Amino acid sequence: MPLRVAVAEDAVLLREGLVELVRRFGHRVIAAVGDAEALVAAVAAERPDLLITDVRMPPGDADDGLRAAVELRLAHPGLPVLVLSQYVERSCATRLLDTGGGAGVGYLLKERIAAVADFRTAVERVAAGGTVVDPEVINQLLRRGPDPLERLSPREQEVLGLMAQGLSNANLAARLFISAAAVNKHIGNIFTKLDLPVDTDGHRRVLAVLALLRA
Amino acid sequence: MRPRTAWQAMALHPLSFLTSAWPWRSLAYLAGGVLVGAVAALVFAAGLVAGVVLLVVLVGVAPLVGVVLSSVTVAAVERRRLRLVDLDALPDPHRAPPAPGLRAWAATRLREQVTWRELLFTLLSVAALWWLDLLVLAFSLGLPVLLFASTDSQTWPWTVFGAIVLLASPYTVTSWAGARAAFARTFLAPRDAELGEALREVRASRARLIDSFDAERVRIERDLHDGVQQHLVSLGVTLGLMRLDAPDDSPLATGLDEAERRLAATHAELRSLVRGLHPPVLTDHGLAAAVEDFAARFPLPVDVDLVLPRRLPRPLETGAYYLISEALTNVARHSGANRAWVHGRCRSDLLVLEIGDDGCGGAEPDEGTGLTGLADRLTALEGRMRISSPVGGPTLVHVEIPCRCA
Repeated sequence: MPLRVAVAEDAVLLREGLVELVRRFGHRVIAAVGDAEALVAAVAAERPDLLITDVRMPPGDADDGLRAAVELRLAHPGLPVLVLSQYVERSCATRLLDTGGGAGVGYLLKERIAAVADFRTAVERVAAGGTVVDPEVINQLLRRGPDPLERLSPREQEVLGLMAQGLSNANLAARLFISAAAVNKHIGNIFTKLDLPVDTDGHRRVLAVLALLRA
Repeated sequence: MRPRTAWQAMALHPLSFLTSAWPWRSLAYLAGGVLVGAVAALVFAAGLVAGVVLLVVLVGVAPLVGVVLSSVTVAAVERRRLRLVDLDALPDPHRAPPAPGLRAWAATRLREQVTWRELLFTLLSVAALWWLDLLVLAFSLGLPVLLFASTDSQTWPWTVFGAIVLLASPYTVTSWAGARAAFARTFLAPRDAELGEALREVRASRARLIDSFDAERVRIERDLHDGVQQHLVSLGVTLGLMRLDAPDDSPLATGLDEAERRLAATHAELRSLVRGLHPPVLTDHGLAAAVEDFAARFPLPVDVDLVLPRRLPRPLETGAYYLISEALTNVARHSGANRAWVHGRCRSDLLVLEIGDDGCGGAEPDEGTGLTGLADRLTALEGRMRISSPVGGPTLVHVEIPCRCA
């Protein structure tokens, strides 16, 4: 089932590239706009399954895109949003993830688009209600070594970091050269050490990523 | 660091302080204060009495004007005396009269705001300061002498007390001298508008220079972001689209994957270059976020505690950011510390920053450890910096920059 995607990006060349890429992933682009106001209008009119937006956009040329994304998520609960940015900033990530419990949110550096396979995974994960956070943010957070995360072993921190990037268990196992059972064990340990409630697996993954961001 | 004021000198090792000239300078300062104060009190009393008595016949205005103008002399003497306990000279805030002669001089002085500040200072000196000088000297030196003189078998505990007071006297005398100097400086220092035209111009041009430097960096950062980086991202999309066309195990796919990895490395390099030029977080999110960001990339753990009521003016924000990042870089480079911390608050009209570490200390501003580089920025912002870095550590950099941020 192809996703109905809205794309907001003010640089024309990049916007066209993104549209083309999303089409090639087998999804439909129902709106491609160049500023935050048009974005809000497009989402209201079309109710897309996923919104991909740049942070810095007209009319303010500040964080208009991000603000529009946050507002849209508040106005349309459950609307998946993937935000692309030229640089990562922790408060941006937190603001975004604070909407709708962090489900269906992605925050990536723009340059990650080039790694198409990973980008496609991210797009589809966010649309399915998952959480994807750029490795750059994760690295910064893990290096600070804040309290609840100190209880995690280095390997578990690594697994949590990759989880935050939106990798599935199978991808995780392949990336770390370990068995699926070992991945499950690490993830189980993470959930226990972060005191996450027993719930559906997907939601606990989101909560684990949020714990990482808020630490 | 060599102390510049009597107060700073008290922070020295007690032995170095006691063998330095500072206690003696402070003593001279206070003794002079008594002398000047007594003379000024006499002149003022005489002038006031004469003025009030003669006011009936109107000539009394002359002695009163004389009283006002004599405070200019008191202030001039005070500025000179201040050099005893504060090595940074106070410039004379008075303007040169437009024409020679007493009339022009008096007319100029009476119209200057600083003259009235000096009058207030002189009144306070006459009313209180010199009495306090006398009191401090009498307590810390006179009292012990009296007690020693009257020593006998009954009063010996008082003699011991006298000895203790005398031993403490270098500190007692210096601390009051320091307080008095700070007080005098507050009244007698030129306000901005009173600084000589030349000095003001130098300061302004230095600020302009740093400002245009910063503006240029911001411009380059924007150019890189809006130009180069956007093109690279578009290039990445093009490569990505080609990769979708390439069969997974073909040499083309391998080549494209390699190209993508190199592109990612270029992006990472570009991002760190841009951050070094002028961090975009600073422009978009302000000082606290930018310092947090810097700290998160820093090799050592840094506790950042910056609470600012709102965004600071741009030159101040930029200056403070470079100051903090430079100070932290010094920590990483020289101190051997395990932790560092940054603390910042707005206190009425001052931005107060402290950067500290748990390292080995011994930072010397003169040895090109990067501390001197901070000084230029500070001067342009009219800030002050103090560094405490005893051998063995820890190092603390304390910065105060005037701003209306509260």
